[in-house]
Amino acid sequence: MKPTDINDPNYFHKVVDCQWACPAHTPVPEYIRLIAEKRYTDAYMINWYSNVFPGILGRTCDRPCEPACRRGRIDEQPVAICRLKRVAADYKSDISKHLPIIPKKKNGKHIALIGAGPAALTVAADLLPLGYEITLFEKDGVAGGAMRTQIPRFRLPVEVLEEELSYVIDLGINCRFGEEITSMRDLLAEGFDAIFVGTGAPLGKHVELPGFEEARDNIHTGIEWLANIAFEHVSSIGKKVLVLGGGNTAMDCCRTSRRIGGEEVTVVVRSGFDEMKASAWEIEDAMNEDIPILNFHVPKRYICEDGKLVAMEFEKVRKEYDKNGKRLLIPTGEDPVILPCDDVLCAIGQENSLPWVEHDLGIEFDKSELPILNKRTFQSTHERVFFGGDAAFGPDNIISAVAHGHDVAVSIHLSCNEQDINNRPDPITSLASQKMGIHQWSYDNDISNDVRYIVPHAEKAKTLHDVNMEVELGFDEALALKETMRCLNCDVQTVFTDQLCIECDACVDVCPTDCITFTANGKESDLRSALLAPAKNQDQDIYVSGPLNTGRVMAKNEDLCLHCGLCAERCPTNAWDMRKYLFDTAKASA
Amino acid sequence: MSYIGKPKFQHPQLETNELGLTRRDYEGSFTTLCAGCGHDSISAAIIQATAEMSLEPHRVAKISGIGCSSKIPAYFLSKSHSFNSVHGRMPSVATGANLANKELHYLGISGDGDSASIGLGQFCHIVRRRINMLYIIANNGTYGLTKGQLSATADLGSRTKSGDESRFDNIDMATLAIELGASFVARSFSGDKKQLIPLIQAGLTHKGFAFIDIVSPCVTFNNTDASTQGYKNTWENYVALSEIDFVPMREEITTSYDAGKEKEITLHDGSVIRLHKTGNNYDPYDKENALHHISQHKRQGKIATGLLYINQSTSDYHELQDTVDKPFNTLTHHDLCPGSDVLADINNTFR
Repeated sequence: MKPTDINDPNYFHKVVDCQWACPAHTPVPEYIRLIAEKRYTDAYMINWYSNVFPGILGRTCDRPCEPACRRGRIDEQPVAICRLKRVAADYKSDISKHLPIIPKKKNGKHIALIGAGPAALTVAADLLPLGYEITLFEKDGVAGGAMRTQIPRFRLPVEVLEEELSYVIDLGINCRFGEEITSMRDLLAEGFDAIFVGTGAPLGKHVELPGFEEARDNIHTGIEWLANIAFEHVSSIGKKVLVLGGGNTAMDCCRTSRRIGGEEVTVVVRSGFDEMKASAWEIEDAMNEDIPILNFHVPKRYICEDGKLVAMEFEKVRKEYDKNGKRLLIPTGEDPVILPCDDVLCAIGQENSLPWVEHDLGIEFDKSELPILNKRTFQSTHERVFFGGDAAFGPDNIISAVAHGHDVAVSIHLSCNEQDINNRPDPITSLASQKMGIHQWSYDNDISNDVRYIVPHAEKAKTLHDVNMEVELGFDEALALKETMRCLNCDVQTVFTDQLCIECDACVDVCPTDCITFTANGKESDLRSALLAPAKNQDQDIYVSGPLNTGRVMAKNEDLCLHCGLCAERCPTNAWDMRKYLFDTAKASA
Repeated sequence: MSYIGKPKFQHPQLETNELGLTRRDYEGSFTTLCAGCGHDSISAAIIQATAEMSLEPHRVAKISGIGCSSKIPAYFLSKSHSFNSVHGRMPSVATGANLANKELHYLGISGDGDSASIGLGQFCHIVRRRINMLYIIANNGTYGLTKGQLSATADLGSRTKSGDESRFDNIDMATLAIELGASFVARSFSGDKKQLIPLIQAGLTHKGFAFIDIVSPCVTFNNTDASTQGYKNTWENYVALSEIDFVPMREEITTSYDAGKEKEITLHDGSVIRLHKTGNNYDPYDKENALHHISQHKRQGKIATGLLYINQSTSDYHELQDTVDKPFNTLTHHDLCPGSDVLADINNTFR
């Protein structure tokens, strides 16, 4: 193999599994160390610049970082990254002086943002410091988008939402709330320098089966129903509730139902329990609230009596795979299952809705009515129009919407300066030695062996009676400190300088996870199997040095490295060094 | 030494041996030697060798003298019997232990100071007495604990970090061991675990006195370009007389054996040492030839390594002395004091 090019910004970035997995590439280990130092405000600001809504995301993020966390590969569970982010938000002090300074003198460019959700607000946060004038249109009377309408208050208190929305809005956005845009043609005519569409995927899908029309008054789509709860248009539901669907919206629907009158709430899914799309922790929270989940039940019809919904009929199925490995649901032939119900909530998916974008403006759409976009720049086929968040590629999550927002801001900034928007700026990186003394590092390499700490919950008897009472209490400072010590500091990289190596094997002997070997160079598969414990995880690279004095090379498996620094401590010649790698995605305002 | 211990986390796919233990279960406490010390690699090689052999840790006794080398039993096999004895007196303690219980695996760890200077007499006698054990010398040609004076194994003309030149011929411990009747003599290098691990396994399995002289550079005091026992010189000048594999008795021998290129040595328990010839057709059964090769390589500034000499036909101390079959700790009162009838029989033999 050729020597690894550690100057490639992605090489060490990939080693920081959590940051690599985060759509916004938040520097996770860096803020976790700051939390350990009780520097909550600094930890918060690192998050703020990366993901804009740390307090919201610290409660509601889909946490792609956690399944990626290296700790999960050497221990039973990953670090509770998401809940540590919330700690930074909960314990920070006043951040106003750390927010970006907005120039009084504007740069003359005027941008329109449509939809006050996470994507559009991210675009605003990135462009305002550069002197852009921003006008934000929102059909509702308040900002927040899906963060407000689709996430129940018992998961995200309204004060937390309002606080973080205001940090962005108060930077100086011209808000035109309660104003629904009905024509893109008219908007284009207003002469904005760029238009960003972040209107989400606001259409819920119904389950249309026999009996639907008759039962219609008691059938609701999940996201619209949740929005009605959020705006307090709805405050009760029948005693017996069926929730159709297995995603996070279904979990929010069933838990909300339990709090506003639902006594027997049941989630019913077509396929298997293990195929449910909802996050494992949300399923667990629902089950802890005495909500059964029935799997392999396919809905067949609504049953009404006297023009009112009384039950639903389901067919039991089992899973089989056909020759091509496709999953099939085969009826078991058992008697149909009748589940009595007063209300049905359909949470089987949601769709974009862009009827107000006329199709003759040069903005092209694909077969599924999604705009055709450049996946990197988010530019549509109209050079002044950009899409982001769920409006771009269909329903995803908040953190992806934020990541889109940062990219869109870069695109708009390049476009307004008449630069090639495909020529993206490089990320900002640094690699600095952490050596303080012979055996001292500026990071704490003495990681904790503890298992993951559980976030305390409020008393169930109370939370089930108050739809606005937050269930999770968050870590206190003591628990947070213990959890931070589980982080392996994967951003503190093992950097090898081949010219200094005397091939004494000290690093090989000390490495607790058998990452390092000195061997004859060869194909990647040879090097992967030459280690004391073979490097089978192909998703993780191996780090290969140039030839050493004996002609061998050093090959290091990055997969299970604990970043404990013992290789560098036991290295007599400093051929190994522990260097902190900071990676910041390029932002318009950076 | 480091402030943190070695983290307990290990590779989840780390192999387990027949006892269900991983290599990590054969470790000891964290090393306090200098970073880069060859002795740590010897510890690691012993850990790997014993783990692969599925030795039960509590059936191993590790005994050492004084010196950097003699600290290392603390860093491997923490579940074994251990005795850190007096300077140069490891052989006496090992002999005593071996007499008391011949059923354990004995692993003597010593250094060039401990065995070639203060303990040279003891060394000679334990070789001569053919104690069934593996005796390892971690040989760095210098007195590390007393800040780097030249030792008795430093090569003529070699220089330490402070510039002292060795004006005397060295004592070659492998040569000495062969001449005194050791039945398994090898030399290796701490940096070459591929060679060292099978040698340790073969030495532990060999019945009789096994000896491995391991060049183990002192990274702090004897690792300059002018030192013949530093990493650079050793990497450049060590010559493997034959490459070695160790196939334990339990494993079915599946790879084919090529008599033209390989030599197989079957040990008393059925394990096999397989030597791959490297072109010089080295015969490890020939004592004179072994001595010749060692001195010939030395004259050229080379270090002859590998299994230098083996003789499986000699008896060990217990056989020669016809000692009691059982370990002392299992002898009953009746074994030790069989009664007046037996005493009368013995007395009768003198009448």
